[in-house]
Amino acid sequence: MRALIRAALLGLALSMTAHAAIDTYEFKSDAERERYRGLIEELRCPKCQNQNIADSDAPIAMDLRREIYRMLGEGQSDEQIVDYLVARYGDFVRYKPPLDARTMLLWYGPAGLLAIGFGVLAMILVRRRRSVATSASNTLSPAERERLATLLDKKDP
Amino acid sequence: MKRAIFLLPLVLFLGIAAFLYRGLFLDPAELPSALIGKPFPAFSLPAVEQPERTLGVADLQGRPALVNVWATWCVSCKVEHPVLNELARRGVNIVGVNYKDDNASALKWLKEFHNPYQLNIRDEQGSLGLDLGVYGAPETFLIDRHGIIRHKFVGVIDERVWREQLAARYQELLDE
Repeated sequence: MRALIRAALLGLALSMTAHAAIDTYEFKSDAERERYRGLIEELRCPKCQNQNIADSDAPIAMDLRREIYRMLGEGQSDEQIVDYLVARYGDFVRYKPPLDARTMLLWYGPAGLLAIGFGVLAMILVRRRRSVATSASNTLSPAERERLATLLDKKDP
Repeated sequence: MKRAIFLLPLVLFLGIAAFLYRGLFLDPAELPSALIGKPFPAFSLPAVEQPERTLGVADLQGRPALVNVWATWCVSCKVEHPVLNELARRGVNIVGVNYKDDNASALKWLKEFHNPYQLNIRDEQGSLGLDLGVYGAPETFLIDRHGIIRHKFVGVIDERVWREQLAARYQELLDE
């Protein structure tokens, strides 16, 4: 029974990682197949958003896969292929947006926020240390100590 | 000054809230076209009604046009079609791109539902569609008299879309 459940779970896990779309393309070399895989996983399907064109079953994703396969066969570079698609569908098709003036915030925003956070933290720590230091130097003078003692005596007979 | 610093989180929160609130009303299916301001891509494809006639970019130039990407397999194109008929009746220059379709069904469709297209480009392989960045029919491009793409609309054109988004732009192109 346990083995059966285990097998079912394994099957489920495998089916989830399997790609939805299956094409039968022949590649000249394993390197080219790898490039093809890399490209279709990094490019986004314009129709079914939030899926890359490797996973999508939409006709447009099929067309784009065919087009990428064709361009790879023609010996075009990854960059040329990505540029070709960006020229038609815009930066939207890239899961990895280019670094330019418009995407600065996207690329550096999180790191910037983290830096601001650390800055605030450092400021608070420095301030706290300083206030501890000043209070330490503010020890009571002998006259004050005497007065404190009398006050305490009064309260606590 | 010290007080102002305590207001900073509130200001940040309001800023982010404003962005997110705006995000609620954006349609993620609407992609900005990468082709606005660029010339209509070159093509050499037959006409739907006259297989022997080859159409090219030159056929689109001379007057502003609505380039409508359609197909018989596209359900919402059927909804859009009567609106296009009406626009054609009012004198709007409409050019069709029959996208990845079977030509016989396209001809039957045009015969049955009336033909609003001045020209109809037969893009059976979808090559022109790919160059246009089409990701789902119907899509409509507004091009000026020099064949430059000026605007793109994705989805069904109805009376309201025409009135609010396209009519003024088309008129502008006519007046240029």
